[in-house]
Amino acid sequence: MYGKKVKLRFLFLTLILGSVILTVFLILQSLKENVIYFQSPSEIKSSAELNKKKIRVGGMVKEESVFIDSKEVSFIITDFKNEINVVYSGAVPNLFAEGKGVVAEGFLKDNNYFLATKILAKHDENYMPPEVKEAIGDK
Amino acid sequence: MLANQIGYYSLILGLLFSLFICFVSIKDFKNNNKSVSQNILNLTFLQLIFVVVSFLSLILSFINSDFSNETVFNNSHTSKPLFYKISGTWGNHEGSLLLWLLVLTLFIFLFLIKSREQPKKYRILTLLFQQIIIIGFFLFVLMTSNPFNYLFPIPIEGLGLNPILQDPALAIHPPILYLGYVGTSVIFSSSLAAVIQNYITKDWGEHIKKWVLVSWIFLTVGIMLGSIWAYYELGWGGFWFWDPVENVSLMPWLTLTALLHCIVILEKRGALKSWVIILSITTFTLSMCGTFLVRSGILNSVHTFANDPARGIFILIFLFFLIILSLGIFFVFNKENNENPNNFFWLSRETSILINNWFMMYFLSVVLIGTIYPIFLEVVSSEKISIGPPFYQKLIVPFLIPFLLFMSLGPRLKWIKSKIENKNSLIITFIVSVLLTFFIIKNLTTDLLFYTVLVSAAFFLFFTTLKEIFITRFNNVPQTIAHFGFSLLILSILFNSILSSEIITNIKIGEKYIYSKGEIFFKRIEEKKESNFNSIIAYFEIKDENGRIVKLKPEIRIYNQPIIITSEADIKMTLLEDKFLVMNLVKGKEYFNIRYQIKPFMIWIWISVLLLSAGGLMSVFKQKYEK
Repeated sequence: MYGKKVKLRFLFLTLILGSVILTVFLILQSLKENVIYFQSPSEIKSSAELNKKKIRVGGMVKEESVFIDSKEVSFIITDFKNEINVVYSGAVPNLFAEGKGVVAEGFLKDNNYFLATKILAKHDENYMPPEVKEAIGDK
Repeated sequence: MLANQIGYYSLILGLLFSLFICFVSIKDFKNNNKSVSQNILNLTFLQLIFVVVSFLSLILSFINSDFSNETVFNNSHTSKPLFYKISGTWGNHEGSLLLWLLVLTLFIFLFLIKSREQPKKYRILTLLFQQIIIIGFFLFVLMTSNPFNYLFPIPIEGLGLNPILQDPALAIHPPILYLGYVGTSVIFSSSLAAVIQNYITKDWGEHIKKWVLVSWIFLTVGIMLGSIWAYYELGWGGFWFWDPVENVSLMPWLTLTALLHCIVILEKRGALKSWVIILSITTFTLSMCGTFLVRSGILNSVHTFANDPARGIFILIFLFFLIILSLGIFFVFNKENNENPNNFFWLSRETSILINNWFMMYFLSVVLIGTIYPIFLEVVSSEKISIGPPFYQKLIVPFLIPFLLFMSLGPRLKWIKSKIENKNSLIITFIVSVLLTFFIIKNLTTDLLFYTVLVSAAFFLFFTTLKEIFITRFNNVPQTIAHFGFSLLILSILFNSILSSEIITNIKIGEKYIYSKGEIFFKRIEEKKESNFNSIIAYFEIKDENGRIVKLKPEIRIYNQPIIITSEADIKMTLLEDKFLVMNLVKGKEYFNIRYQIKPFMIWIWISVLLLSAGGLMSVFKQKYEK
């Protein structure tokens, strides 16, 4: 028979181990559900299946493509190979402008039409999200 | 010019003094004197003076707009107001590292002064470990991020400071945060010294608790300042975005909070020694990761790493060196004492603090994985992902329910063995909380059950702590105030998120936007010229459902150097709610994009964080007073 102390220690260890396993499981599980993938217009065009989950699209805002009315803003994101139409109603960050880099978050309606729910603010005009830099190649 | 030279050479002298201090300390360590030699104290003081001189000369270069200095050239401009010229000193990578160094040397000097009653060998070892960190930082600054690089030919004008950083809250945010971060370095060094000297005792716990408290207060206030800034400057109307940069400041806060609680067990009961040491090591490692990750740009993506490989590699090597050193010391010297009183009943103060620590570690793992995983995945599979706020909310919010309940009950328990007293009054408080919650939120949200339980738990903590402050006069006032602050924080955040509403629309000058609960009238704009920016001030009149009119004047600033547009939100702050209006320019178009938000109880979020820190502050003074 084991002493009381050993038993207690064993119980304590099982509790810790159990909670660690539970934690890891929980985190990984919700990680799967909440990951947002980043895609460039070219990647969207070339994929056969339409991604139903929330994604981010990044590239340049095409010159002369921004239209605005009282309800929404529409524009085209390009990576100089392919482009995609974006419609957005919501707050537009200040550094959003034609010819500048942009990252939009939202859902694909088809592989030419993106409904954005958020346009990400950038803190610095020279700052280009690394994803965008890569998406448009070294320019 | 001259200031530049003085600054640079003081830095080198400071580094030489580090080596000198190490040498003298090792000699003094072997000596049989009872107290630390006065020479060491003098040398540490001189080292501090050198770093102060270096820092002041950098400030002077910024004030004089001395563009022969590369750091000044990159981050300043003659047209900038004096206040932001000064705060620009630490608004950049090089300057902020110099500030780190300054606080490091300041704190070790304070430590030596404040620890006179402590054993001599322990003090010297702490100094030595701190000097290792200091040497690391000196080398890092001098080799990869020298703030005194010379530029020739001397440029006429600087590049300017990012306007978004030209803000009073952000001017004091880094120094306060650094006081917290660097405070953890003292905890780190002293816990390693204590391990080697086998001095992890109640006395040590009492002595180091002050440092834990002070670092914790600064870290808390520092995070709050950053959050306030994000709220009014970034124009999204939120105060926490689960952005990686925010997460890295939250992580050391979580471990420090855990440490704060279990250092009490060490102080009162002499137990949990190894855990205290592990937490001290983790906290400092996380603090250092935090500063480096933010400053080196690793966080946006691993790719930015490649921009300056020297910095990144130096950081990694230094971090690994410290981690291996500390773990090595921990495993070699840490002795498990058998007489240590680890046995306690399941229902006791010890258990409740362990539960607190479990939650802190859980929250830490969530934040850590959410922050690191995207970087990890990109390295492994070059897939680019981001993890949004839902991830954190889903994993953290439900766990707040048991956390709040334990927080209400835990402090009432006694050490070693306890039973729950005043069961009836607790049950009554609980029922009142549930009923109150139910009546308040029954019409407010769709997810009634979940929110009722969550808000009830928060109210339960709110009432139990309130009762202790006013009726029972429980002996531990600082702790009760801090816990009360926490319950208020959770309540404000919850009601803020449930009751917030927003209108986003694009609007022309002179137009009126009518929505279900009122109307927004865009009267006119006015243009103004300031020394370093032009501003467009818009005049809005917003009518709510009761016909009351609020006038708000959001502003768009077009800075000239560098050319950056920023939005200044206009916020009408009252005790009950904030009315928040921010306007954005969509280039070259006649429409302005506006975002109008009503955010209830916003001010209470800040007040409750202040209460939380006030609890910490009272605890520091209480400790002094009781002596």
